[in-house]
Amino acid sequence: MTGGMSGLSDMDDLYEAIILDHYRSPRNTAPVEEPDIDLDVNNPFCGDEFHIQLKVDDDAVSQVGITGRGCAISQASASLLAELVKGKSTDDVHTAVDLIRRLLKGEELTDEEADVLGDIEALAGVRKFPVRIKCALLSWIGLDDALKEFSSTK
Amino acid sequence: MNNTYSETAPAAGTRKFDVESIRSDFPILARKINGRNLIYLDNAATSQKPRQVIKSLTDYYEQTNANVHRGVHTLSIEATDEYELARSKVANFINAPRPEEVIWTRNTSESLNLVAATWAEQNVGEGDNIVITAMEHHSNIVPWQQLAARKKAELRYLAAGEDGLLDISNLESIVDSRTRLVAMTHMSNVLGTVNPVRELADRAHAVGAVILVDAAQSVPHMPVDVRSLDVDFLCFSAHKMLGPTGIGVLWGRYDLLEEMPPYMFGGDMILEVTYEDANWNKLPYKFEAGTPNIADAIATGAAVDYLNDLGMDNVWLHEQELTVYAMEKFSALNEVKILGPKDPTLRGGVVSFIHETIHPHDLGTALDQQGIAIRTGHHCAMPLIRSFDVVAAARASFYIYNTKSEIDALVNGIRETEGYFSR
Ligand SMILES: Cc1ncc(COP(=O)(O)O)c(C=O)c1O
Repeated sequence: MTGGMSGLSDMDDLYEAIILDHYRSPRNTAPVEEPDIDLDVNNPFCGDEFHIQLKVDDDAVSQVGITGRGCAISQASASLLAELVKGKSTDDVHTAVDLIRRLLKGEELTDEEADVLGDIEALAGVRKFPVRIKCALLSWIGLDDALKEFSSTK
Repeated sequence: MNNTYSETAPAAGTRKFDVESIRSDFPILARKINGRNLIYLDNAATSQKPRQVIKSLTDYYEQTNANVHRGVHTLSIEATDEYELARSKVANFINAPRPEEVIWTRNTSESLNLVAATWAEQNVGEGDNIVITAMEHHSNIVPWQQLAARKKAELRYLAAGEDGLLDISNLESIVDSRTRLVAMTHMSNVLGTVNPVRELADRAHAVGAVILVDAAQSVPHMPVDVRSLDVDFLCFSAHKMLGPTGIGVLWGRYDLLEEMPPYMFGGDMILEVTYEDANWNKLPYKFEAGTPNIADAIATGAAVDYLNDLGMDNVWLHEQELTVYAMEKFSALNEVKILGPKDPTLRGGVVSFIHETIHPHDLGTALDQQGIAIRTGHHCAMPLIRSFDVVAAARASFYIYNTKSEIDALVNGIRETEGYFSR
């Protein structure tokens, strides 16, 4: 972790290096051709918004593209999400989204569960800043809901 | 620029405008936030409350509490007197001709809804139009959208120019013979722009329309005189002017209020009830069904006293000084763009801004770490915020207890945040 400036070092838990890295260079932002899922999610209160595109083959996410604008937490979280879902089965994605929800609610995860999340555990720092939890969760919940709907209409 | 606030009666005040002494009246300013002294710059959302207002609440509950307008016992008489005295104070504060024209509501939003549901319900019809501006708070947009849809009337907008000022170049064609109502904000809660109310009032009256002013951001900060503005309705909230939450004001011209149907039905608002029918009480009680918010009305009177002691001219001058100072200091921040008029004399003490690289929420969290409270988000003015091609902005807004050194702290805070995020 990089030490923050004098008055702001308490924010280091929120803005871990990995979060800032994903914020500055979000991954998987290229548009997906002929996506199976193409949705916009936004939180008008914060002004966070995303465009999420997924291609699903044999019940697994084969391609993902997420772009958006908003705060560092929401954008980094979406980039981490994009990295995670690529190549995962829809069931694995639901499991990961449940884990993230539990993590941000303040539950302790087992070592195996933490392994599933990997880098994404860096988002846990948001727990100290409850008003920012929705920033972290927005893209996750949007994607999860869309994927559930997609699976059920197939 | 002929700003309407300067046309009001003098409001000199009897107490010296001494910020340190004012600050000592506000207990909350002693609070630490994240280990730092609180710097409260979210006054456009709600103001802090002085001891005098808090004490008026506790005094009322400890000494006077009783229901009003019913009963002959001492407490009820005292409570009624204090409640009505507060109404008179508010009436004087805005130079209303009669205290019965002051209706207590819950807030600005309720005042606006009251007019929409009563006066406008009766007076706006198919093919008529309502004119509002592009810089309204949602509270002064949505009731008119709903009404226009209900009545098949047209909702028209006066645009906000690039310069943050209201564009009234086509006023004559927008406010026309089918206009029934002009509903406009006196001062924008996002841009700070002070609008030329009198000019619009003159145009509205020339075509036989009525003008309503959302004064939520003006009454707390500048002298407002309903007679020199020549308006018909004025709406504001006590909580933005040192008073408690849960109480607001609708002022209306007596003849208009007289003609309007009641907004809610129940006790206090009736004169006589039979099993078949009822007739309405006189003003203002026709609009105050049920037990009113007695304590908060009385405390609003205490807030008005506090502001009168300082003098609204001095309040305005103090905020002008802070705004000029803030805009000058902000100009040294290269990544910060201020929304609204460049000329500080055309605006009130509201400075909204966009940072090129730091999202308002990240900035808000970082400033909060330093004890500085600002507003972030869409400021209940989504269409306006979106017109700047952003979805959120940050806003610092000032009041009587703010100082230049707090503005310095804000500017330093933004610099520190820039340093933090570029590490
Ligand atoms: C210009 C303006 N109008 C209306 C309102 C609504 O006031 P209230 O929330 O007290 O009803 C506000 C408050 O933010 C405002 O700034």
